[in-house]
Amino acid sequence: MTDWQADDPLLLGGQKFGSRLIMGTGGAPSLDVLGRALTASGTELTTVAMRRVDPGSRGSVLDVLTERGIQVLPNTAGCFTAAEAVRTAKLAAEALGTTWVKLEVIADEVTLLPDPVELLDAAEQLVAGGFTVLPYTNDDPVLAKRLEQAGCAAVMPLGAPIGSGLGIRNPHNIELMVQAASVPVILDAGIGTASDAALAMELGCDAVLLATAVTRAREPELMAAAMRSAVAAGRLAYRAGRIPKRRYALASSPAAGA
Amino acid sequence: MVIVINGAARHVADDLSLDRAVSLVSDAATGIAAAVNGELVRRASWQSTRLAAGDEVEVLTAVQGG
Repeated sequence: MTDWQADDPLLLGGQKFGSRLIMGTGGAPSLDVLGRALTASGTELTTVAMRRVDPGSRGSVLDVLTERGIQVLPNTAGCFTAAEAVRTAKLAAEALGTTWVKLEVIADEVTLLPDPVELLDAAEQLVAGGFTVLPYTNDDPVLAKRLEQAGCAAVMPLGAPIGSGLGIRNPHNIELMVQAASVPVILDAGIGTASDAALAMELGCDAVLLATAVTRAREPELMAAAMRSAVAAGRLAYRAGRIPKRRYALASSPAAGA
Repeated sequence: MVIVINGAARHVADDLSLDRAVSLVSDAATGIAAAVNGELVRRASWQSTRLAAGDEVEVLTAVQGG
């Protein structure tokens, strides 16, 4: 591996990650399929939800992560208020032994869009409680700045609603957030296929978080491999610097001697 | 007395400890957390925490999601 491939870790919450693809776990048809997809994705950080124990369930998503050496990132999916999200984050910290949390505070079941008021409230409380807070947020540069000022370790704007696969609906706002942020920007939600993930990285995002695009693909393991390549390619393209767009052609061959 | 564990009412012995209540729904040694009436109770305090009639116990773990 050459230097330009090796020396580009994601710096997040005081840790270094070789992979810039953070995976979710929702939607996989089985733990076996999930495990193979996670391996193919190359991810080093993967998010899980907290729910009531089911005495009848067999196997644990935690075992799937532990077997692969993947760091667990609990989330507060399903919380509608700051109070619920803070309580869930504390329970997750107790259960999983981590103070990292993917903070989700959604407004309603139809859009699953973040509730910005509750989100900022929860973020402030959790930062004060010593958590490393990674908030799932709207594609709003102002809110992202407020979350950063509250002490969040990253901001994680949606590209489109959770599970929609609609891609990045407002790339201009994502670019504005990248330019303004001094913490990592992680594109979270809306990714439908590999080109969406590549675009996120080309816009300057530091990482991509996705689940449904892989877990509900016809071949989750293949799509995970595609996402891994797309994130890596998009990152390289961002670092390389794309050429400016032009209205007319620019010959790539010399005109002289033709 | 009757307490509620993960949304289901259960008849249990008076003064049941939280660790016994948790064991009714999970035998996991790690990876779970418990709250009583919405307040987290650290695992180290489960044995010394006595439940009262009507208490609502939540026992959570990590699942696929998000």
